[in-house]
Amino acid sequence: MLKVKSVHTYYGNIHALKGVSLHVRPGETVALIGANGAGKSTIVNTICGQIKPLKGRIEFQGQPIEGLAPEEIVRRGIALVPEGRQIFATLTVESNLEMGGFVHRNNHRQVREDMTRMYDRFPILRQRSRQLAGTLSGGEQQMLAISRALMSRPQLLVLDEPSMGLAPLIVREIFSIIEELRREGRTILLIEQNARAALQIADRGYVLETGKVVLQGEGNTLLEHREVQRAYLGKGAGQIVDA
Amino acid sequence: MTEHTLAMDILQYTISGLTVGVIYAMVALGYNIIYNVTEIINFAQGEFVMLGGLFAAFFVGTFGMPIHFAFFSAVFTTACVGLIMERFVIRRARNTGVLSLIIITIAISIMLKGSAMLWWGKDPYSLPPFSSGGPIMIGGAALQPQALWIFGVSALVVLLLTLFFRRSVYGKAMLACADNPGAARMVGIPVRQMVLLSFILSAAIGAAAGVVITPISMMEYDRGAMLGLKGFGAAVLGGLGQFFGALVAGAILGLAESFCAGYLSSGYKDAVALVLLLLALFFKPEGIFGSGEAAKLKKF
Ligand SMILES: Nc1ncnc2c1ncn2[C@@H]1O[C@H](COP(=O)(O)OP(=O)(O)O)[C@@H](O)[C@H]1O
Ligand SMILES: [Mg+2]
Repeated sequence: MLKVKSVHTYYGNIHALKGVSLHVRPGETVALIGANGAGKSTIVNTICGQIKPLKGRIEFQGQPIEGLAPEEIVRRGIALVPEGRQIFATLTVESNLEMGGFVHRNNHRQVREDMTRMYDRFPILRQRSRQLAGTLSGGEQQMLAISRALMSRPQLLVLDEPSMGLAPLIVREIFSIIEELRREGRTILLIEQNARAALQIADRGYVLETGKVVLQGEGNTLLEHREVQRAYLGKGAGQIVDA
Repeated sequence: MTEHTLAMDILQYTISGLTVGVIYAMVALGYNIIYNVTEIINFAQGEFVMLGGLFAAFFVGTFGMPIHFAFFSAVFTTACVGLIMERFVIRRARNTGVLSLIIITIAISIMLKGSAMLWWGKDPYSLPPFSSGGPIMIGGAALQPQALWIFGVSALVVLLLTLFFRRSVYGKAMLACADNPGAARMVGIPVRQMVLLSFILSAAIGAAAGVVITPISMMEYDRGAMLGLKGFGAAVLGGLGQFFGALVAGAILGLAESFCAGYLSSGYKDAVALVLLLLALFFKPEGIFGSGEAAKLKKF
């Protein structure tokens, strides 16, 4: 469904992605893990059209999409839950959802129906539908960001560090939401620093280090991998940090 | 007898204050629209008002257009000026940050004023009123029929704008652009088109204000700056981005000016707007109707 082929992305003369290749098949949940600054968000932003790659190809459903505007990429069926949520803080919760369905704006009925579906999934959002989105708690904002992305009825859902900055209890809740989306058969690209949680729910995973994919494989295999355990799961190196 | 005169005076000042206040409110609406979408304060807003009045005078004087037709032509022409301004100046400089863009709008306002002076000269122009007939007398005070047109046009503008931003998807999309342009693009909103639309709308509303006021107070090339300043005062007083606030603040400003001119001296009239603006900035920077909550959620 999504094929990223040896993509190089620069910020000025900072070489942020050094030939990254990865793919996502229909119905799969793929995790992309890596430390802070590894280039995870850069991949996301390159796929979603915010940054243009200097070299390489990105194909979505057989069509090249590198260099298209973000608006067009949403229309093609990729929706992003951005890092740091990026909800419309000064708009109401309901307007946020409506904006999520902007690409379907000419089909009012569908947008209303989808909105009801989101409220059924997250009843707290229904309760807060008239509130400004900026007044929601972090976890609620993340639910809103996920719902907003789903409103465009994406073929591929990309989540950039959905657990960032949330309390452990909320993180668990967010991962169970992602797990549920996966069970519904959605295609998901999950970007995470929280390697264990991400690999546990993923079919496959990629490990990114300083702009390069250094490891890839099935979720479980990666979880067992010595290098991954050492570098990302805090095992065997005497670390007690475990996200 | 004196009591009667006093009441008459008060009524007269109220009428003329509201008439001009409504114009300030329309200028403030123009500021609010562009601000809502881009967080830019467009200091060329007053020039749109000037252009509206002068274009209408030009269409009536040169082409002999009927006034109502000239109204729409002037609004359309000024909207095109707004379009050109965004498309060829603002858009090219869009990566320079809000403050630079605000300064650019000041430059544009100077250019528009200069061009208007070269084109129309320094003399004021007039327009026939929208409907004939002498002033209507209410309790001894005179109400120009044109004032009714001013109230009608501005009420219609406010109503349509409110519906647009509250109900329509495009209106909300414009607000979303102001809130977070990056996220707006990520949900598929064409941000640049929305910014363009905001400039066109603001120019059109400014021009409408300019055409309806010209039959009462005439129009010349350098009126934009003062109208812009008063409108800005109303926008800040009412809370930047607040349409209803702009309306009330415009009325307050117009009334304050009119009573000041009547009871103190018309020389102090222009200072009133500035004093109110300063008071607002000191004591309630989010404006009378601005929501402190929404202001905190904004970036600056
Ligand atoms: N806008 C930017 N300008 C310059 N360098 C950037 C920018 N964004 C990210 N980088 C750099 O690119 C690298 C990858 O960043 P990023 O993709 O955000 O990492 P991650 O999401 O994995 O934490 C980092 O070294 C970062 O400093
Ligand atoms: Mg990141």
